[in-house]
Amino acid sequence: MSINKEQDFGTPASTASHLVTLEIDGFTVTVPEGTSIMRAAASIGIDIPKLCATDSIEPFGSCRLCVVQIEGGRGMPASCTTPAAEGLKVVTQNQKLAEVRRGVMELYISDHPLDCLTCSANGDCELQDMAGAVGLREVRYNPIETHLDAIKDESNPYFSFDPSKCIVCSRCVRACEETQGTFALTIDGRGFDSKVSPSQNESFMDSECVSCGACVQACPTATLMEKSVIDHGQPEHAIITTCAYCGVGCSFRAEMKGEQVIRMVPNKDGQANHGHSCVKGRFAFGYATHKDRMTKPMIRSSIKDAWQEVSWEVAINHAASELKRIQAKYGKDAIGGITSSRCTNEEVYIMQKLIRAGFGNNNVDTCARVCHSPTGYGLKQTFGESSGTQDFDSVMKADVIIVIGANPTDGHPVFGSQMKKRLRQGGKLIVVDPREIDLVKNSPHVKANYHLKLRPGTNVALINAFAHVIVTEKLMDEAFVKDRCDIASFSKWETFIAQEHNSPEATESITGVPATEIRAAARLYATANNAAIYYGLGVTEHSQGSTMVIGIANMAMATGNLGRVGVGVNPLRGQNNVQGSCDMGSFPHEFPGYRHVSDPVTHQMFEAAWQAELSSEPGLRIPNMFDAALDKNFMGLYCEGEDIAQSDPDIQHVHAALRSMECVIVQDIFLNETAKFAHVFLPGASFLEKSGTFTNAERRISPVRKVMTPLAGYQDWEVTQLLANAMGYPMNYNHPSEIMDEIASLTPTFAGVSYEKIDQLGSIQWPCYDEASVGTPIMHEDSFMRDDGKGLFMLTEFIPTTERSSSKYPLILTTGRILSQYNVGAQTRRTENNAWHAEDLLEIHPHDAEDRGVKTDDWVGIKSRAGETVLRALVTDRVQPGVVYTTFHFPESGANVITTDNSDWATNCPEYKVTAVQISKVNQPSEWQAKYQAFSEKQLDLLEQGISNV
Amino acid sequence: MKIDRLIRMANDISDFFNAESNKEIAAEGISKHILRSWDPRMRNDIITYCMQDGSGLNDLTKVAILKLQQS
Repeated sequence: MSINKEQDFGTPASTASHLVTLEIDGFTVTVPEGTSIMRAAASIGIDIPKLCATDSIEPFGSCRLCVVQIEGGRGMPASCTTPAAEGLKVVTQNQKLAEVRRGVMELYISDHPLDCLTCSANGDCELQDMAGAVGLREVRYNPIETHLDAIKDESNPYFSFDPSKCIVCSRCVRACEETQGTFALTIDGRGFDSKVSPSQNESFMDSECVSCGACVQACPTATLMEKSVIDHGQPEHAIITTCAYCGVGCSFRAEMKGEQVIRMVPNKDGQANHGHSCVKGRFAFGYATHKDRMTKPMIRSSIKDAWQEVSWEVAINHAASELKRIQAKYGKDAIGGITSSRCTNEEVYIMQKLIRAGFGNNNVDTCARVCHSPTGYGLKQTFGESSGTQDFDSVMKADVIIVIGANPTDGHPVFGSQMKKRLRQGGKLIVVDPREIDLVKNSPHVKANYHLKLRPGTNVALINAFAHVIVTEKLMDEAFVKDRCDIASFSKWETFIAQEHNSPEATESITGVPATEIRAAARLYATANNAAIYYGLGVTEHSQGSTMVIGIANMAMATGNLGRVGVGVNPLRGQNNVQGSCDMGSFPHEFPGYRHVSDPVTHQMFEAAWQAELSSEPGLRIPNMFDAALDKNFMGLYCEGEDIAQSDPDIQHVHAALRSMECVIVQDIFLNETAKFAHVFLPGASFLEKSGTFTNAERRISPVRKVMTPLAGYQDWEVTQLLANAMGYPMNYNHPSEIMDEIASLTPTFAGVSYEKIDQLGSIQWPCYDEASVGTPIMHEDSFMRDDGKGLFMLTEFIPTTERSSSKYPLILTTGRILSQYNVGAQTRRTENNAWHAEDLLEIHPHDAEDRGVKTDDWVGIKSRAGETVLRALVTDRVQPGVVYTTFHFPESGANVITTDNSDWATNCPEYKVTAVQISKVNQPSEWQAKYQAFSEKQLDLLEQGISNV
Repeated sequence: MKIDRLIRMANDISDFFNAESNKEIAAEGISKHILRSWDPRMRNDIITYCMQDGSGLNDLTKVAILKLQQS
C-alpha cells in the first residue's frame, strides 16, 4: 500500500466535444478544445512546474512558474491560462524557461522559512517540490523585510494558518469562492503587504469560514495545514471509502498511518462530491476513536441494574435466548428490529433477513420512517419507484431550481456548494420555507428570486396553488402528459386542481404567501427550459407529507420536468444511507426492492432463497411498536445504529414503551440514549472499521472500506450473523460482497451490482438491471417504472393539520439541522465541531420575543400539548412572527419532548415540523430535563459500576 | 393497541382518499392502503371497533373498514 497521490492536472478538464491536436516537447497530444496547455501536457506525463494552479479551480496565471514557449509565438505565456490549439508546437523545458523558473522560485524562497526538515508539509509540499524541479541551488537575496514573523492563526480547531509560509498564490481564496462558494477569504493589501485574509482581517473562527477545508486542500505549502498532520506527520497510505454523514455520500481518501486516520481527503474522482467536502466529512471523524466508544458486550436483567461486561458468546446467546423466551411467552410477533440509515446496505439487508426469516415476522422498520418514508410512498405511487430521479450533477443544467423544506448549505453542504455554483452561473432560485435559509440571501452572489415564506403545515395548499396556476394558465407540457402519463388520472387531477379553492388567491389566507408571488414563481418554474425540484424533511415530516410528495410529482409531470438532465424530483436524504436502507427491505411491508410482502411471486422467491417460511402480512412500524409495547404485545427489540430514545417524537411516550419491554438489544458504537433503556449492549463498528456499501440520495452505491480493525472485534454484519445463528437461523457469509451478491440475485434493480463492478467504476447508480449495465444517472427517461410505464396523477386535497396554534399555544415550532452537527449528534458532539454549535437554541422573531420580554441568551420554556423543555433563546428575524425554530442535536435539549404524535396519513412519518407551543422566560431547566438528567447520570453510574466490576 | 390512535390513523387515510369523487373508489383505496400497510393486529382491532361501535370513524372510513373485513 502507498499514499498514491492523486494526479494534479493543473487546470480543470474541458467538457468540449471538439478536439484539437498539438505537439508538446515533440509528442503529439489530442485534447478537448479549451484544455490548457498545462493539462494537455500533464495528460501525456509532462509535468510543467506550477504553484498557483491546481485542477480543482480555474487558472489564475500569477506564479509565472508554468511558463512555456510556443513556436511562432511571442514571449513566455503561462501554460495554465493558455488554451491548447490546433497545430501548436509547445516547448516546456529549455534553458531560458529554466532560468525564468529558477528566478521565480528564488524570489519565493527568499521570503520563506527554510525549515523544511521540521515543517509539517515535509514530503507533501509543492513549493519544496518545485524548488527541486527547477534546480534551485541558492538564494542570492537578503531581504530587509520579510513575512517570517507573521503570527499564526490557530483559531480553527482542525487546521492552522501560518502566514509566514504563504506564497500568496490565491489558491485558498479561489477554492473558497469556486469550490465552496463562501467567499470567506480574500487577498488583503497590495504588493509586499498582500496577505490572505479571512473576512475583514479576522481570525478563521470569527470569519464566515465554514471550515469545509477546501482551502487547506488547495494550499501548496504548509500555510494551511490540518492539525492532525502537524501532530502526527504525513500519512503513508490511503484507502478510498465513503463518508458516514449526510445523504450526499462523499467519497474520501482515508489517509492513514498504520491504523490511525491522519486525515480525510475528499476524493477528486468521487462522483458525488468531485473532490469537495464539508466540515463534518473532512474533519469530524474523531468520534470513531473517542473515549466514549463502547468496545465490550454487556448484559443486565433490568435497566435498574449495573451493566455486566461479558464475552461476545455470552452476550449473543443471552440476547437470542431472551428473544426466544419472549416469543414463547407472548407470541412470534412480539419481537422485531429497527435498522438505521447509518448502517451499510449489507448490514441492513441481513438484519431484515434475520427478522423476516429468523424471527418469523415482518416487524422490521428503519429510521426513514421518521424522515423520508413519505418520499418512498409518494414517488412509488406516481412514478413507480421510491427514489429521486436525478444525479447531483444534473443541477448544473437546471435553469430554475425550487428548494422546498430543505437547507442544502447546512444539511447537504457539498451539494449545496454545487447548487450555489449553478446559481452563480445564472440559475434562478425559488425557496419555499418558513425560515430564511442561507440560500435566500445570505450566500454571496446568490439570491433567491422568490422566497415563499409559508406558514408551517400549509405545503399542500401551496403546491396546489402552484399547480393551479400551471393548469389554468395553460403552462403545461401537454405533449409530455399525453405521451408519458396516465391520461384518466391526469384528467381527473386537471379538473380538481383547476377548482377555485386551489387558486393562489384562495390559499393566500392559508399559506400566508401573497398570491402574486405564487403566480410569478409558478410561471417561472413552468416556463423554464429545465426546472428541478429539491426537497427535504420540510416536505415529508408533516401530517400530509406523502400528499406533498405526490403534489410535487404531479407538478413535475404536468410541466414535463422529468426524464432528462437538469430537471426532476430530488429528495435530499438526511443520512448517508437513507436510500439504501429503504432499498434493502427495511420497511415492514416490503421486501428488498420495494416489493410488497404479500406479492406471491416475490414471497415465494424469498422463501426459496432464504429457506424459511415467511409472513405475507405487514409488520409493525416504529410508532406501532411503541404502542404495542405499552399494550404488552411487543416485548423484545433489536435496534442497530438508531437512537430512537432521542430522535423519535413525543419522547416520553417512546421512553415509556422502551421501559415496558423485557429485552431491548442495542448495537451501537456509543452508549446512546436508547442504550440507557437496554438490557443487552452489542458494541458496533464505525464506518472506518467495516466494509460494505452506502447508497446516497442520487441512488449511487459507493464502497465503504475497512481502514482499521474493529475496536470491538467484529464488523456489524458479523454481529447480526452471530445473533442469527444463535437464534437458530443459519447465516454463513464470509464477506459483505457475498451479501451484495445475494441482494443482486434477488432484486431486479440491483441485478448488475457487484463489488467487482463498484471497484471498477468507483460507484454505480441503480437501477442496474444486468451485468452489462453501468447504472442509471437519470430515471424515467423513456417511461415511468409503474407497471404500465405511465406516470400517475393523484388528487392532493389540502387537509389542515390538527396541530394548530391557539391562545394557549400561539406559536408554531418547526425544527431543522445545522451545518456543524449531525442529527442526534452522537457523532459530531464527540468532535471539535462543538466549537461552532455547543447547544441547541430556540430561534424566535424579535416581535414575539419582545411580547414575552425575551432577549438573546435568555432561558425560555417551550411548552406544547406533549410536554415542556427549556432552551436558550436566539432572537432573529430569520424566522417569521408566529414561528419558532430549533435544532435537535443534543439529548438534553429535549426537542422531542414537545413534538407530538401526529403523523403522515400514509406512512406515520412524524409531524416534526409543526408543533403549537408557548414560550416564556424561565430560570431553570424543565421538570423533564431535570428528571432525564438524573436518569442519564444514573445510567452512566450503572455503566461505570459494570466496568469497574470486571 | 390504543383504539383512539387507530381511529385517527384510519380517518387520516380516509381524508386523503376523500378527494376522489367516486366514493366506491375512495373506499377501495382506503381499504387497500390499510390492508397493505397495517399489521394484522391493528386491522383486527379497527374492524372489531367498527363492528361494535364505530362512532369515531367517519362514514367513508366505515365503508372502507367493512370492505377490509370482507377482503
